Amino acid sequence: MPQVALTVNGKQHTVEVEGRTLLVELLREKLGLTGTHVGCDTSQCGACVVHVDGRSLKSCTMLALQADGCSVTTIEGLAKPDGTLHPMQEMFREHHALQCGFCTPGMVMSAIDLVQMHPEGLTEAEIREGLEGNLCRCTGYHNIVKAVAAAWPLMHGKPAPAAAAE
Amino acid sequence: MGFEGIGASVKRKEDPRFLSGRGHYTDDINRPGQLYAFVKRSDRPHARITSIDTAAAKSAPGVVAVFTGADMQADNVGGLPCGWQIHSKDGSPMAEPAHPVLAVDKVRYVGDPVAVVIAENRQQAKDAAEALAIDYQDLPAIATVLDAVKPGAATVHDDVPGNQCYDWHIGSKEPVDAAFAGAAKTVKLELVNNRLIPNAMEPRAAIGDFDPSTGDYTLYTTSQNPHVIRLLMGAFVLHIPENQLRVVAPDVGGGFGSKIFHYNEEAIVTWAAGKVKRPVKWTAERNESFMSDAHGRDHVSTAEMALDAQGNFLALRVKTLCNMGAYLSTFAPSVPTYLYATLLAGVYKTPAIYAEVKAVFTNTVPVDAYRGAGRPEATFLLERLVDVIAHDIGIDRVELRRRNFIPVDAFPYQTPVALQYDSGNYFATLDAAQKAADVAGFEARRTAAKAKGKLRGLGYSTYVEACGIAPSAVVGSLGARAGLYEVANIRVHPTGSVTVFTGTHSHGQGHETTLAQLVVEQLGVPLSQVEVVHGDTAKIPFGMGTYGSRSLAVGGSAMVKAMDKIVNKGKKIAAHLMEASVEDIEFKDGKFTVAGTDRSKALAEISLAAYVPHNYPIEELEPGLEETAFYDPKNFTFPGGCHVCEVEIDADTGVAQVVNFTAVDDIGRVINPMIVEGQVQGGVAQGIGQALYERAVYDANGQLVSGSLMDYTMPRADNVPNIHVGTETTLCTHNPLGAKGVGEVGAIGSPPAVINAVVDALRDYGVRHIDMPASPQKIWSIIQAGRPRAAAE
Ligand code: FES
Ligand code: FES
Repeated sequence: MPQVALTVNGKQHTVEVEGRTLLVELLREKLGLTGTHVGCDTSQCGACVVHVDGRSLKSCTMLALQADGCSVTTIEGLAKPDGTLHPMQEMFREHHALQCGFCTPGMVMSAIDLVQMHPEGLTEAEIREGLEGNLCRCTGYHNIVKAVAAAWPLMHGKPAPAAAAE
Repeated sequence: MGFEGIGASVKRKEDPRFLSGRGHYTDDINRPGQLYAFVKRSDRPHARITSIDTAAAKSAPGVVAVFTGADMQADNVGGLPCGWQIHSKDGSPMAEPAHPVLAVDKVRYVGDPVAVVIAENRQQAKDAAEALAIDYQDLPAIATVLDAVKPGAATVHDDVPGNQCYDWHIGSKEPVDAAFAGAAKTVKLELVNNRLIPNAMEPRAAIGDFDPSTGDYTLYTTSQNPHVIRLLMGAFVLHIPENQLRVVAPDVGGGFGSKIFHYNEEAIVTWAAGKVKRPVKWTAERNESFMSDAHGRDHVSTAEMALDAQGNFLALRVKTLCNMGAYLSTFAPSVPTYLYATLLAGVYKTPAIYAEVKAVFTNTVPVDAYRGAGRPEATFLLERLVDVIAHDIGIDRVELRRRNFIPVDAFPYQTPVALQYDSGNYFATLDAAQKAADVAGFEARRTAAKAKGKLRGLGYSTYVEACGIAPSAVVGSLGARAGLYEVANIRVHPTGSVTVFTGTHSHGQGHETTLAQLVVEQLGVPLSQVEVVHGDTAKIPFGMGTYGSRSLAVGGSAMVKAMDKIVNKGKKIAAHLMEASVEDIEFKDGKFTVAGTDRSKALAEISLAAYVPHNYPIEELEPGLEETAFYDPKNFTFPGGCHVCEVEIDADTGVAQVVNFTAVDDIGRVINPMIVEGQVQGGVAQGIGQALYERAVYDANGQLVSGSLMDYTMPRADNVPNIHVGTETTLCTHNPLGAKGVGEVGAIGSPPAVINAVVDALRDYGVRHIDMPASPQKIWSIIQAGRPRAAAE
């Protein structure tokens, strides 16, 4: 069986996989990282989003072998070693942006990338559009949008631009 | 510690594990030696199985076993039972055709399980299923309720002529007919309540485990009610006594009703685990969710109102044809009857109501409760009808509603369709919603939108629903085969921390937090020292689970009763320790005090004395501080309210966008306002989904066309607006918390508000009614057809 060597949450792994194994299957089934979820079979739901080399990516849409040499971060790797949550995780809790929690890991990973990619600020409409690839059946998105807006100043270390804050 | 009791928006206790990827959903669980099941499903809507050849599949790599319906039948496995029996008008019981776990002889819908392949890993099971040779002889299929009742229609079940499950009615016909005969005006509306696919984000999953040394079975499953599954599967399907069957519903990723029911796969993995003597895991792929999770709604109705000259409602007549799908799912028959037609009075004092409901079988996935279950259908029918009446007789829609509202002083109010509403104030929620939605400023917003080429409309829905399900004797007399009380066990530990064992189940509702807040409030224990345990039949007492917005009103009330017992026992212990009389002991803020003195004992001191009973009234009191209470509600609870929706329609494309949504609901006592807002917002988003986007589509031959997330439109972040939530409270009068329930109100109240807004936006185009979903195509066609007239005006 072919091998894939990759870094996941800072740890090196070399794993044997079938050619057809998806990255999400590698994470969940081979590495036991079950925080990354599978919500669909058509790349529609975003429950499986992780970061690959710093950018968000649907891990059901990438073969494990394609991740060879990559650095992957999953929801389990977000908090600091001392357990301090990432500001996005904190704001999700603060603003009740999760109910059943199933979409949450993917939503948080997508949201972090979205905020990182927009140092100029994000309007509510941009946040909603930016999260289009992630389905949530529980929250109606209202509080997710609030949480992402609240995480922006924490992640960029400055107040949100006035236009974005309104 | 800040304020953490009733009314505090404390942050959720469950969040840290969900936010760090440490939730335990069923598919996250792996048992040693676990095998994987793949369920082979019918790709035919209706066919006779002429042969199944399993030889090639059995010899495929990694395959441990292949089972078919014949194997289960030979092992005396029973069919899936139905939990509710309806009787037709003529007194005859509903048709209840056999519902085999794996199809025997015939398949009856696309998705019907035919065989199961069990292999060392998921892929091997799936690959081997390709090698199953199944020969079918196609039969004519019934795709819709209208097809099902056509004369000479094919039959889904040989033993159910005319495809009729039941033909039921409620109310009295004669007074309704008389009122229509003498009415100044009558208004009629035909409408469809679109079929929906629930799509909880976590696909269903199940793991069966068998211990050959004890003969004990364990089922891990994505369920809203593990004890109900244990009872149904143990007693009716697999004949395993309760003491040898444990059902665990761990973290569950949303349910919305679709995870109430006892499903085929639960029985398959449990039974198969016993056969192969190894754990067997099954996880649905999303395409399986589409074709095997019970669908929702699917009604075709005619509604007629008789009015006097002043616009007072005199009588309502309703005829509904509803879809059961191919087999009866667990609670299916109750949904279009006791959860639907009993709500047809709505918030109005209509004196006479008569409704006829005919349920039919079709070659489609079973249809059962989906968020709101029957009540959204009733609300949509009524609130559309009221707007159409206002349109037809030329009266303001708000004035018409106010004129017919049940007056504030009329509670308790007995409706003509069985229910007695204990409390409510529909004027208050309407007033508050109008204010919060700035209805006064709407015309200006409409004009501004017009300048941008957009058609803006505003719609109302004023609704009531029945939840807090349910008084056992009442539902028993209506055909329920189960009790619907709830149970709580409160264990105060020796050092004063508390564990709550509840029969309810949380799959997003946040019970680990809200139920703990009840303990904070009543026993004065800090939130951090309260743990709520749910979802495991080996731990919790026999409770009925979570649906019908019952967890707080019924489950919370059971907790209050159990905590009353704790306090009463604690008073006796405190009296002994402080050498006072029991009557003089008061309990407040976690302290037992001798009235009028400064002598007191904290709960932790009392609990320590209870478990270390050295100085203890042992003659009259048992040691320990743990109490169980069962609570059977005296009535349903009746949340209600007013939703106001504003939409903007792009006249060129027909795309409707909800731009403002305001919900003011009366849900009784609020425990955690933050969680309440979230529940309403989520429900409203599902209602917007039903109104504008979602529809399960079968083609004429019974093929499921909307079978994936690429074909079925789920609302996404940019399809819904911010949702303003307010509350106006009247307390429930018959439970100790005054709580009514909030889980379903969003999905019940919102769809007609959205459609009423769409119709309002299109008022210049001669449209009276639009069925859901109000898709761009439908709206665009209306605009195109109406254009000449509108232009000419
Ligand atoms: S699992 Fe749905 S997008 Fe990856
Ligand atoms: S919190 Fe349940 S799907 Fe988003």
